[in-house]
Amino acid sequence: MSTRKKLVWGLGGALIVVYCLFPIAWIVSVSFKAPSDLANGSFLPTELTWQNYDLILFGGASDLFLPALVNSFGICLIATAISCLLAMFAAYAIARLDFPGKKLILSTALAVAIFPVISIVTPLFNLWRNIGLYDTWPGLIIPYLSLTLPISIWTMSAFFREIPWEMEQAAQVDGATTWQAFRKVIVPLAAPGVFTTAIIAFFIAWNDFIYGISLTSTEAARPVPAALGLFTGASQFEEPTGAISAAAVIVTIPVVVLVLLFQRRIVAGLTNGAVKG
Amino acid sequence: MASIEMNNIVKKYGDGFPAVNDVSLDIADGEFMILVGPSGCGKSTLLRMIVGLEDITSGDMVIGGKRVNDLAPRDRNLSMVFQNYALYPHMTVYENIAFPLRLSKTPDDEVRRRVTEASDVLELEEHLERKPANLSGGQRQRVAMGRAIVRQADAFLFDEPLSNLDAKLRGQMRTEISRLQRRLGITTVYVTHDQTEAMTLGDRVCVLRKGKIQQVASPRELYEQPVNLFVAGFIGSPPMNFLPATPEGNRLRTPFGEIELDEKRAAAVAGHDLLLVGIRPEYFDDASLVDEAKLPLGSTFRAKVDVTEWLGDSQYAYIPYDAPDSIRTQLRDLSKELDSEELRTQAIVSIDATSRIREGREAEFWLDSRKIHVFDPQSGENLTRDAEAGAELTRLATQDRMEQAEEARGRDTDARGGATAVGVG
Repeated sequence: MSTRKKLVWGLGGALIVVYCLFPIAWIVSVSFKAPSDLANGSFLPTELTWQNYDLILFGGASDLFLPALVNSFGICLIATAISCLLAMFAAYAIARLDFPGKKLILSTALAVAIFPVISIVTPLFNLWRNIGLYDTWPGLIIPYLSLTLPISIWTMSAFFREIPWEMEQAAQVDGATTWQAFRKVIVPLAAPGVFTTAIIAFFIAWNDFIYGISLTSTEAARPVPAALGLFTGASQFEEPTGAISAAAVIVTIPVVVLVLLFQRRIVAGLTNGAVKG
Repeated sequence: MASIEMNNIVKKYGDGFPAVNDVSLDIADGEFMILVGPSGCGKSTLLRMIVGLEDITSGDMVIGGKRVNDLAPRDRNLSMVFQNYALYPHMTVYENIAFPLRLSKTPDDEVRRRVTEASDVLELEEHLERKPANLSGGQRQRVAMGRAIVRQADAFLFDEPLSNLDAKLRGQMRTEISRLQRRLGITTVYVTHDQTEAMTLGDRVCVLRKGKIQQVASPRELYEQPVNLFVAGFIGSPPMNFLPATPEGNRLRTPFGEIELDEKRAAAVAGHDLLLVGIRPEYFDDASLVDEAKLPLGSTFRAKVDVTEWLGDSQYAYIPYDAPDSIRTQLRDLSKELDSEELRTQAIVSIDATSRIREGREAEFWLDSRKIHVFDPQSGENLTRDAEAGAELTRLATQDRMEQAEEARGRDTDARGGATAVGVG
């Protein structure tokens, strides 16, 4: 590649990166601005201050934010775990077995995934109130499963299909039961797929706002995105922009950490060397 | 160790197509049996039915005196090497080989002993801690074999194990497999479409065509006394030449002159109008280089050579000939079925490497008429097959196998004894 070409590509890449990361940079910058500094008209704060973080972690907003953080983590992790486990079995069956209604299951899953959330939230609200699931963890975990399961089944069945049939047959000939073959050979090989799916599922649950705001009313189950919407300023004439920005930054951190942590596990091509080639 | 018996095995797929059709085959204890045939002949399906990965539609599969039709693969105690090796990529070579032992809950020190033993045999010691992804094709192949030999299986099953290796490595692994099988003396079923493997490895070879057994015999018998046109055309490389012929008394009129038959053969072919004469390339030679004494045993003819191929140790000449349309289409069908594409009717003739016969010139050839076979073009049947001579060849091969196995066992004990002696000294 010539120097000129390199320059053009580098410049193009940088442009895209700036374009994508600019809003995040802005939020970070806003989170460090004092309330009086919010409208200073410049990108950087005039004076760096931890006051917003102090407010949501230890100050007045901490009653709202900290329980919400715990709720979000708990609900999302449980929903992700259940969804991955269920999706693993479903995807394995879809990838390996020939049974009537296989296409139906896949298309139903897809239909559920594209079904607009807003249209079921009201009936769900009524139902949950009647059966006592309103404002509880299970009351959010169940709808989150309906959000995450379809996509999990789809991505995981794609991963399972990639694993050569022979692996499993070899295990069976070597003396493994179907369950042993699944656990000792298929699951380790599908691990990158499972992690990828888990991360996607976690994001979907983590980012949800509509269910979070509609199906909860107290800190018993309210997740972070809903809590952010309920922040108020010190007085009714003051916007809580700084606090919301600080909370948004904190909420982004686990996602970034998660991706960095599992980045190495997600690398595809773990099956290299299993078969010829 | 066990014998494998198949009685009237049928495999029908959902659409009713019989992939394996009424196959009955007995494989003796310790025998090396090859299943061979062109693609789609059902050889792999048959192997997978033995190991239990494919359901049997009807018939009995008996291994070591026990009917195993309804047993799961893990209950059959067989080990198999897959075409693409099917190694477990997340385990080291050591764990790959140890996998069957781990499943049977073998104690750790026993596992270590057996894996070390297997890796010694296959020369994998220095690779035990590596992952399959970092191994070469030949090494992966050996790991797959290690996994097969590490436990005391009743039989080994190989599904085209060498087809992913390059030619040189394939030759080495072939001898390796042969040596291993002789040494361990375990019943082996080996599927291949490569006839070099079939000829060199097998005690007996089973030729399949469209799910049916054509002939089960020692490689020598297949080569010298094929039962029909299909087997004759499949076994041998370059393949047997088929020439159209019309009988006249005890002579056959062919595009390459008249061939005289002995009385027994003449009687066998009597009553047919059109015949196919099967002549192997090496039954021909450059007439000018044939021994005086041998000349009268065959016939000579003149023909124009189209192409010659000189390979150093041998030389092939291609001689085109004319054939009636019916024969032409039949030969084309046959070659298609044998996975090759014969575009023109031509004979491939092996001549001495020193022969000065050149392309585009007419030359005189000699053909040995003692070993030719005559086929009925309609049924494909070999009219001049000498069943007794064939059976004798297979009997000799069986005897050889017994002796070799005996010898290998003896050598093994000797070697072990010797090693101990050195260790003590």
